[in-house]
Amino acid sequence: MSNSKLTSQTKAGLLFAAPWFIGFSVFLFFPLLKALYNSFTEYTILTPPVWIGLENYSDLMKDELFWKSLGNSFYYAMLAIPIGTIVAIGLALLLNQKVKGQAFYRTFFFLPSLVPVVPLAILWLWIFNGESGILNAFIEPVFGIKPNWLGDVALAKNVLIVMSTWGVGNAMVIYLAGLQQVPVALYEAADLDGASPALKTWKITLPMLSPVIMFNVVMSIIGSLQVFAQPYIMFPGGAPERSTYFFSVYIYDTAFRDNRMGYASAMGWIMFILILCLTLFAIRFMDKRVHYEAS
Amino acid sequence: MAKKSLKHQNITSVAIVHVVLFVLSAIFLIPLLWMISTSLKTDIQASAFPPVWIPDPLQPQNYKTAWEYGKEQLNGQAPMLIYARNSILLAILTVCGTVVSNAIVAYSFARLKWPGRDLAFAVTLATMMVPFPVLMVPLFGLFKDFGWVGTFRPLWIPAWFGGAFNIFLLRQFYRTIPFELSEAAKIDGCSEWGIFHQVILPLAKPALAVVALFSFMATWNDFLAPLLYLQDQKAYTLAIGLQAFRSQAGGAPIHLQMAASTMMVAPIIILFFFAQKQFIQGIATSGLKG
Repeated sequence: MSNSKLTSQTKAGLLFAAPWFIGFSVFLFFPLLKALYNSFTEYTILTPPVWIGLENYSDLMKDELFWKSLGNSFYYAMLAIPIGTIVAIGLALLLNQKVKGQAFYRTFFFLPSLVPVVPLAILWLWIFNGESGILNAFIEPVFGIKPNWLGDVALAKNVLIVMSTWGVGNAMVIYLAGLQQVPVALYEAADLDGASPALKTWKITLPMLSPVIMFNVVMSIIGSLQVFAQPYIMFPGGAPERSTYFFSVYIYDTAFRDNRMGYASAMGWIMFILILCLTLFAIRFMDKRVHYEAS
Repeated sequence: MAKKSLKHQNITSVAIVHVVLFVLSAIFLIPLLWMISTSLKTDIQASAFPPVWIPDPLQPQNYKTAWEYGKEQLNGQAPMLIYARNSILLAILTVCGTVVSNAIVAYSFARLKWPGRDLAFAVTLATMMVPFPVLMVPLFGLFKDFGWVGTFRPLWIPAWFGGAFNIFLLRQFYRTIPFELSEAAKIDGCSEWGIFHQVILPLAKPALAVVALFSFMATWNDFLAPLLYLQDQKAYTLAIGLQAFRSQAGGAPIHLQMAASTMMVAPIIILFFFAQKQFIQGIATSGLKG
């Protein structure tokens, strides 16, 4: 009886999961393996792959543009993730003060994160425009200069970080929800001990929030290294001087402009392995510091 | 005495929080307001420096001009109309596929027991780490073999086969539904499909609404995949249409770029105000259940 029930559930389970088994195999697993195979070949979309062993990888090690684009993507991730996390948590802490009009402020901070990437890029190109951008309308009267944000090698990359910080509304909503789950009793106990607000934030709020922070940082690592549309739209060819040429853009250009599918696949796999390692490292690193509530 | 000073301190700190929140809101909102303001200016006023904050004269007809901009290349049809129609069609196909497939697959992972299920789920979660750029080349080759390149099919058919993030989200929700309900339905002679369809689905509506919302946003925003697969201007979505509008043939003037951008942002903002609860709760659950 129980045995036949088990098999009928197994059958149902596999049937219900079948769409995903197909989707996983066709659109994910085999393409991933195909990419690995391709990475050892020389291949255009019109000619069949020719096995060349590790040549793509050894060429990559000598490819300045590979290192440059990888460096740019890392620079972006290393700044955009911590800044975004700090701003998002800061806003959430402010909103969590139970101030009047909390819902309005939350909406204001959240709205920018709804702007789709193409209008987002167009808007910020205009804001950072050196000649008539609105940012310089604030900068010029105070500092007497009009920085060329988009054309200066030292500045252009940071434009993308500012843009990404403008979109922290999504993360802020998550952190705010996390803050509201912290048991009030913990704060009451701290109040009895006469703890200052700063101490409470440091000793109660942040540790209680740490699992949420970890999850969001991991998702951000995965997302940031893949950033494509913003640099592609805003800085054609990674101008100025390739300072905004991101790893994803290099992969795209190699595959679909230069038609070097094998070389692009090798870079794709390097990106995959980097994300894998960084994610595992982040989980390992943070696991020791994350406070999990006993449940 | 001590109590009074404490109260005083509270009022000051509340005031400070308000001032900080007000300034920050302004910083977050000014870019959006500036987009709208520029979209209503004349060509000359749009690039004036120092900038003019309130458009004078007001030019709402910029929206009509932007809507029709470049219609000569499309036999007199408004390009934005074509792009919007494509984006909406694609969004409908993708949203339906995402909701239907993930609702079904998540049921298997949340409420049915089968050997290897937990391993399969762990692998599913791990697929979130696979970046799109590594799949880009093989998928392009695959869809080329299918003869799908240049059509919408590569953009919506995969949505009908489930995806890790939504399976994860729905599984979390399904597990909160009491198992006694399923047992009771089973005693009444319900099949697994019957339980899913008649018991679980009606209760899961709020979660399905969140999945629908997220997948709509993702389709509306998507840039890279349409860039890869759509070649004919008549097939462009708003995202790549807007990029072409900006960059091709010298590009449209800035006030029209802003009008076109506003038109692409507006539906999302309107949707947000209608479905605020789903947005906020959906985002909160998606980030908390890690």
